[in-house]
Amino acid sequence: MANHSATHPKHVHHHFVDSNQQFESAKLGMWVFLVNEILFFGGLFCAYIVFRAWYPELFTQAALELNTFWGAVNTVVLIGSSLTVAMAIRSAQNNQKRGLEINLLITILLACVFLVIKYFEYEHKLHLGIAPGTFWNPTPEIAAVLDHPKANIFFGIYYMMTGVHGLHVIVGIGLMIWLYMRARKGHFNSEYYTPVEITGLYWHLVDLIWIFLFPLLYLIE
Amino acid sequence: MANASTSASSAASTPMKLKVKQFQPAQTPTNTYLTDEKGVWAWLTTVDHKKIGLMYLGSVAFFFALAGFLAIALRTELWTPAKTFIEADTYNQLFTLHGAMMVFFVLVPSIPAALGNFILPMQLGAKDVAFPRLNLASFYIYVFGAIFTFLSLANNGFDTGWTFYTPYSSDTNSAGIIWVTLGVFILGFSSILTGTNFITTIHKLRAPGISWERLPLNVWALYATSIIQVLATPVLAITILLLAMENILDIGIFDPALGGDPVLYQHFFWFYSHPAVYIMIVPGFGIISEVITTFSKKTIFGYWAIALSSLAIAFIGFLVWGHHMFTSGQSAVATTIFSFLTFLVGIPTGIKIFNWVATLYRGSISMKTPMLYVFIFIFLFSIGGFTGIMLGALSVDIHLHDTYYVVAHFHYVMMGGTLIALLAGLHYWWPKMTGKMYNEPLAKIAAGFIFIGFNVTFLPQFIMGAQGMPRRYYNYIDQFTPFHQTSTIGSYILALGFLIILYYLAHSLFKGKKAGPNPWNSRGLEWQSTSPPDFHNFSHTPVVIHGPYDYHQPMEEFQLGLAVEHGHGEEHLAADTTGSKAAEATIA
Repeated sequence: MANHSATHPKHVHHHFVDSNQQFESAKLGMWVFLVNEILFFGGLFCAYIVFRAWYPELFTQAALELNTFWGAVNTVVLIGSSLTVAMAIRSAQNNQKRGLEINLLITILLACVFLVIKYFEYEHKLHLGIAPGTFWNPTPEIAAVLDHPKANIFFGIYYMMTGVHGLHVIVGIGLMIWLYMRARKGHFNSEYYTPVEITGLYWHLVDLIWIFLFPLLYLIE
Repeated sequence: MANASTSASSAASTPMKLKVKQFQPAQTPTNTYLTDEKGVWAWLTTVDHKKIGLMYLGSVAFFFALAGFLAIALRTELWTPAKTFIEADTYNQLFTLHGAMMVFFVLVPSIPAALGNFILPMQLGAKDVAFPRLNLASFYIYVFGAIFTFLSLANNGFDTGWTFYTPYSSDTNSAGIIWVTLGVFILGFSSILTGTNFITTIHKLRAPGISWERLPLNVWALYATSIIQVLATPVLAITILLLAMENILDIGIFDPALGGDPVLYQHFFWFYSHPAVYIMIVPGFGIISEVITTFSKKTIFGYWAIALSSLAIAFIGFLVWGHHMFTSGQSAVATTIFSFLTFLVGIPTGIKIFNWVATLYRGSISMKTPMLYVFIFIFLFSIGGFTGIMLGALSVDIHLHDTYYVVAHFHYVMMGGTLIALLAGLHYWWPKMTGKMYNEPLAKIAAGFIFIGFNVTFLPQFIMGAQGMPRRYYNYIDQFTPFHQTSTIGSYILALGFLIILYYLAHSLFKGKKAGPNPWNSRGLEWQSTSPPDFHNFSHTPVVIHGPYDYHQPMEEFQLGLAVEHGHGEEHLAADTTGSKAAEATIA
């Protein structure tokens, strides 16, 4: 813009005084957005609490149908990806272009592994007729074990919670691919790594929500 | 600012030479934000907060006219007890559409996204909001949400009332419900982005010298509003998403036939929609605080009381949603607690009213149009507030629930409060936004029509509500005919008032007199720039050394602060001017 002074680095937008103000603003903006995400999921957690209080025996019964092993694997995968995204930020801060690229790639890979495992879990459920809402049509073997009359409600909540979380993972992958492409062009260095940092914040939240979802849905005794 | 401490030390070691000059905005600016970039495409792709604010203002006015037209149709239908000219089913769709449009397309974005967008960065001395591109995105998301709502009209429409209560909304097999809920879902993101943007802007983009105790009260009000937007809107988003899933897939969360809980929907819905009432009214409080000081030529009475009561309303507002559900089968304990908390909201609101009235005391009051609207606001909003307290009382509410009394109450708050405040703000900042004055006598006549028309429309509704006339009914018994007819006549007077406003504002745009930078002799920062402002709001970076309502000295001696060239040592000034002593030392 017209008032770009000589001291104004290229990555700083015209309405900020300096790089630091821009970084601080972006970070605060992302934190505010994360608060908003927590309230978004909060609605689902609230519905979970209400129906678990109403039908406690349903939840213990239905949780047995979920595969704890693959749920646990997915938890480890996501925690691992949180580590690599943190390492990506560290690499950007240290001007390590190669390290940034590799860490971003590993994060994308782990996120994809999460989705593939989730896909096979869904696939298996749908195969057994454990589908949401109107498509609820369990096979006779399942219906024999899962004989609670409101069993569809548990899976309604299950599909909503994991589905909305899955959407967040997909958005995260998209952001990470965008970061990777910018990293290849050498856009990030120790002076400017704001997008990496705030995407990392977002990714940690996605991870954190799964850490709550896993015990609440899979580990009910 | 985060680097304040480091630059303070560096400034101390090397004394800075700063080019400073006194604020002296040009009478007739040569280059303004309106002449900076031209053409439709430049407007549609602009990231300038002022243009985005104007685009919001235009859209809000459009939807207000549309939803207002529906209201006139509804009132005309109610002229006779039986059918006048609309079928019953159409009537149900029209009042639903009127409510949904007025709430989601007019009231929620009206003050923050339209006027707030324009004024907030100027009051902070910033060049723009923190995330200008997100700001533009929020506008297009708003337009997108509106398109979805219109698509619902093409798909059988919806007649659930604006609250979309289950199980009716989840069992109705109308594609219209799905379209409109998606529209509201999308619209929520627009609101969230505006809130996020404002919070960040207020925290990080204040000009040097604007500390928290020097924030204009309008900024405090927008801050409280933004907090509610960010905390409440996502809950509406997930509720609407669950409702759409319930309607499409029957997932069973809200549908009693499948084991779900329709009251849970009401809890979710009002957890957003009650705080949303404060999203609509709190920014109005901000405008009133600004206008009342300017036209009383007096410092605001009780700055901190007004600032903090906005935050108190935002906080308590989250704990009162249950008062919409006194007849929905909540436990007696819950209703009692909600009723008590509802009374609590009256305290910070009352604090504001008393402080505004105390500001008037011994002020030098000039009855310009914005000030006229302030008086209308205080009168109408007080009625709206008091009737709200009555509705919050348990036994009274059982009688009044779902009657015209409720309709009259929220119109006194939303229209008598928010929209009147919006009109006050629009007339107050119109010269700043356009650089033109409007026809003052005509504006006063229009304000008179609106005041009279409004009361004639809604006062009878209190009476017939108390006598048992239920809301949303197409037919009514004969004894209510005089009340309904009076109300209908009032709505025509009201419409006439708005038509006059439309006329003289359009006239002012093309033929209005030049306003000059500060036609009201206000001491606010936004008035210390040219009218209309230039692209960066101020030709120089303002360095503020006084609070926002500095009416102690006559205008000729008034000196709000200093101006330094853009991009030259603002960060040092930030450290230097946090105490006004240091700043005054700089002047000397």
